[in-house]
Amino acid sequence: MIYPQYDIVVVGAGHAGNEAAAAAATMGSSTLLITMDMNKIGQMSCNPAMGGVAKGQIVREIDALGGLSGIVSDKSMIQFRMLNKSKGPAMWSPRTQNDRMRFSEEWRLALEKIPNLDFMQDMVTEVLVEKEKVVGVKTSIGIEIKAKAVVLTNGTFLNGIIHIGEKKMGGGRSGERSSKGLTEQLVGLGFQSGRMKTGTPPRIDGRSLDYSKMEEQPGDEIPGKFSFTDTKPLAYQRSCHITYTNNTVHEILESGFDRSPMFNGRIQGRGPRYCPSIEDKINRFAERDRHQIFVEPEGWNTIEVYVNGFSTSLPEDVQYKAIRHIPGFEKAKLFRPGYAIEYDYFPPTQLQLTLETKLINNLFFAGQINGTTGYEEAACQGLIAGINAHCKVYSKEPFILKRSAAYIGVLIDDLVNKGTEEPYRMFTSRAEFRLLLRQDNADLRLTEMGHQLGMISDHRLEKVFDKKNAIDKIIGDLKQIKVDPEEVNTGLGEMSTATIKEKIAIHKLLKRPEIDVTTLRRLDKKVDEYLRQFDDEILEQVEINIKYETYLAKEKLQADKIEGMENYKIPAHFDYAQIKALSAEAREKLKKIKPQTIGQASRISGVSPADISIIMIYLGK
Amino acid sequence: MHYAIDDTIVALSTPEGTGAIAVIRLSGKEAIAISNRVFKGKDLTRQPSHTLHYGSIRDGEKVLDEVVVSLFVAPHSFTGEDVVEISCHGSPFIVRQIIQLLLKHGARLATAGEFTKRAFMHGRFDLAQAEAVADLIASDSEISHKTALNQMRGGFSQEIKDLRAQLVHFASMIELELDFVEEDVEFASRDDLRRLVEDILRVVNALINSFALGNVIKNGVPTVIAGKPNAGKSTLLNALLNEEKAIVSDIPGTTRDFIEDEILLGGISFRFIDTAGLRETTDKVEAIGVERTYAKMKQASLIIFLFDLTEETITSIQKDINVLENLGIPFIRVGNKIDQAQPDLLKALESIPDIVYISAEKRENLEGLKDKIMALVDLNKFSTSGTIVTNVRHYDSLVKTKEALEDVLKGLDSGITQDFLAQDIRHALHYLGEITGEITTEDLLGNIFSKFCIGK
Repeated sequence: MIYPQYDIVVVGAGHAGNEAAAAAATMGSSTLLITMDMNKIGQMSCNPAMGGVAKGQIVREIDALGGLSGIVSDKSMIQFRMLNKSKGPAMWSPRTQNDRMRFSEEWRLALEKIPNLDFMQDMVTEVLVEKEKVVGVKTSIGIEIKAKAVVLTNGTFLNGIIHIGEKKMGGGRSGERSSKGLTEQLVGLGFQSGRMKTGTPPRIDGRSLDYSKMEEQPGDEIPGKFSFTDTKPLAYQRSCHITYTNNTVHEILESGFDRSPMFNGRIQGRGPRYCPSIEDKINRFAERDRHQIFVEPEGWNTIEVYVNGFSTSLPEDVQYKAIRHIPGFEKAKLFRPGYAIEYDYFPPTQLQLTLETKLINNLFFAGQINGTTGYEEAACQGLIAGINAHCKVYSKEPFILKRSAAYIGVLIDDLVNKGTEEPYRMFTSRAEFRLLLRQDNADLRLTEMGHQLGMISDHRLEKVFDKKNAIDKIIGDLKQIKVDPEEVNTGLGEMSTATIKEKIAIHKLLKRPEIDVTTLRRLDKKVDEYLRQFDDEILEQVEINIKYETYLAKEKLQADKIEGMENYKIPAHFDYAQIKALSAEAREKLKKIKPQTIGQASRISGVSPADISIIMIYLGK
Repeated sequence: MHYAIDDTIVALSTPEGTGAIAVIRLSGKEAIAISNRVFKGKDLTRQPSHTLHYGSIRDGEKVLDEVVVSLFVAPHSFTGEDVVEISCHGSPFIVRQIIQLLLKHGARLATAGEFTKRAFMHGRFDLAQAEAVADLIASDSEISHKTALNQMRGGFSQEIKDLRAQLVHFASMIELELDFVEEDVEFASRDDLRRLVEDILRVVNALINSFALGNVIKNGVPTVIAGKPNAGKSTLLNALLNEEKAIVSDIPGTTRDFIEDEILLGGISFRFIDTAGLRETTDKVEAIGVERTYAKMKQASLIIFLFDLTEETITSIQKDINVLENLGIPFIRVGNKIDQAQPDLLKALESIPDIVYISAEKRENLEGLKDKIMALVDLNKFSTSGTIVTNVRHYDSLVKTKEALEDVLKGLDSGITQDFLAQDIRHALHYLGEITGEITTEDLLGNIFSKFCIGK
């Protein structure tokens, strides 16, 4: 046999597959990563950007757990922005624009450095199953590879169909084959599948654009980065540009509606409401006379640009004609038209919180196959699936993040308990404890867990412990160190904030919305001398914790309350059928989803508080 | 979370209604601490298990009742948790006031079977008993679903729905700014947001004020029992109140003071005003009383016109009916002393419609009278907001909604950012959701996607 038996086979080398393979191999599993095209590892299929609101938080969490998406993004970024800076710290969201080709290259280089990780180029057409347990995969050329666990991350490739106007072709991405056979086999095994839809805009020759007619959107003056490791922030950045559609553009697009697969019923799959095609926007929001278009460079050197906001599946002639009426696009040349893609997914209620399927042991699903959208959403699922595949093979405790611990926990909990009807994207509003789930404290929240899993070095953990200790010490000190009215009142007066009558502790001053660490240091020399010895990153934590103390405490209290419910485990084979007092709907849902805890059960739609009480009675605590 | 098990629950453990003594039971970690906060007497937190303590329940300075408190320290109690039993006087009014006070101090109203459930969870029962409790919870939840609409009298349901829609709108305006900062949409101004919260708060306050245990019990439906002296007005009132509040005697005109008392019929409080009789008099004291009677009657929302079937004539009854009809206030014609009625008068009265015949003294047909009262009362007329909240749980949720909304306003005042405002709005939505059913983030996102053009 050419191929040895592996601990874990990962199918697909996108954001999910890469994180899964890297995690499993790093933790010590012999791992094989199979992709249809070795040159497309870590491909950004949509826009060349990572992070953003809620998604940036996820990238930071992946990094804190020892995943690679943050490092790869940092190494390939061409612009960095911290979004939502004017809001509270929980809303600050890092985002990078990336060099698409370098992103892919950095992923491949990072994966190649991992011992235990092998690669193979082929298409997996079948998973090998014996007695409800996966034992390997079979490829298109008939090779069978044995494995103790398999992670499927097929993205949009399962029976992918690309639509451009009335044209329709099989494909997983523009110019790439779709993957056949696997859906049918899984359905044969008893899985339910569905169809989803997403779209992408045309790619344009940047040399044909007139940027003087657009607004420039540069990166942050002081750019940050994703990773808590020693990756470097950018010294030089590329800008994006903003322009708008207009009524002429809309009219031309409308003229093609009769040939739109979106409107004539040829596309059946459900698309995301928050990422509509331009034709959908015009159709649903007819009163708006313009829509925003982001022009994003595809890299440092390439002339290709991505027209974010102009996702469309209208016929290419209509796309071409319409786009040329956007200011700055008068002479635009298209590399290729936008398209819509339909693909198979498997409703994620068929998964456990480890992302292992309930139906087949040791088989894991991650990424778009679970009905999500977005690189970050895919990557974090890959990470969790990879970690848990390893844990399963080596008989270790499963790794499940709580909703109060990470956005990743929220995402997986939502998928498993609620399922999703449209491609699932993360929003901060999905997280009930988002004040606690900040990008700035992802390391404090998760590094220790990553270390326990074997994903994080001792050195990195020590650094986090040092940081925690320093934060606690400074907060304690600031409650002790007092400032004198004579010393600070002039400064306070200049800021038109209330002066003080007697000596007060610094931490009280810091609670005022208009006073931050920087102003404190300016106000009082003694304070400046004290604070100067600490890193900005540490002082930021001190400030956030003091300033928002009451809000954070309130949220912590709520989280602890819920956590109590999470500690009530429900046995795996708990028989809901025996409990006649349960409502019929609750009984059905509970049987299907098989929640692992009372907390999880309480979040299933259709399960009422009364039902929960009843289950608790039967559990007898 | 209704099903949280680390909080402290409270409920009346003796049957609803008026008995000599009522027992209010608390169970949970805070049971003793909460009781101690409202109890004037020994420090309950320092007393051993299985002891009785005499003292009073106070709301601030106001004494609600004198009580005996029994302490059971965990695990030596019925539920296996700390349990306090407060024995108070059996008036529904007092019981409700005490329970309301305990809720204010951190207890939560127990759901059906919850004490038993806790007992089971602490290993106090076997499975068969547990099954019975499970059935009880299930049927209570079913009934409460079915009766939810009935409980939500007078458009309550619609009002809460509107309120929630407004709050969801408000929340989505905030969420829009948080999750979609990069989008080309206009965000709401702070002033608009403040106005919206203030509007919502006004409705919440009106609903809270309408609460049966609050406003309606305090102010009640003003009801006058009118009739000739010795027609049995005080006897009727006492029969309804089931306690001797008014002075009852056989001498006509004994009742000179307005004695007010309240009874709860079908969840509505009636403030009964006992009056001096309807008669022309030369006695100066009596004359003032009669005048006052007319003045009071004009303020009433409901008049019970009581006449004596043993003494009066059809002419005098008809005359009084004419006077009452001129007042334009809904009134009920009630013939008293049916057990000793003059047969001729009964025959003559057949010409007058809708008379309820009772015997106040013998407690005959009081139910018929109560039904008649209920039938006449259109709740909408008596509520300031057009809606009356009658369910304690709804009231509880509304108060918490209000507190959360006030925090939102405080937040707007201090200029904090949206993410912190959102926390309090979510709490408000959560508590309203306890009345209307589940609230999920999908509501917020759905609202955003339907109203704003989002997405690149």
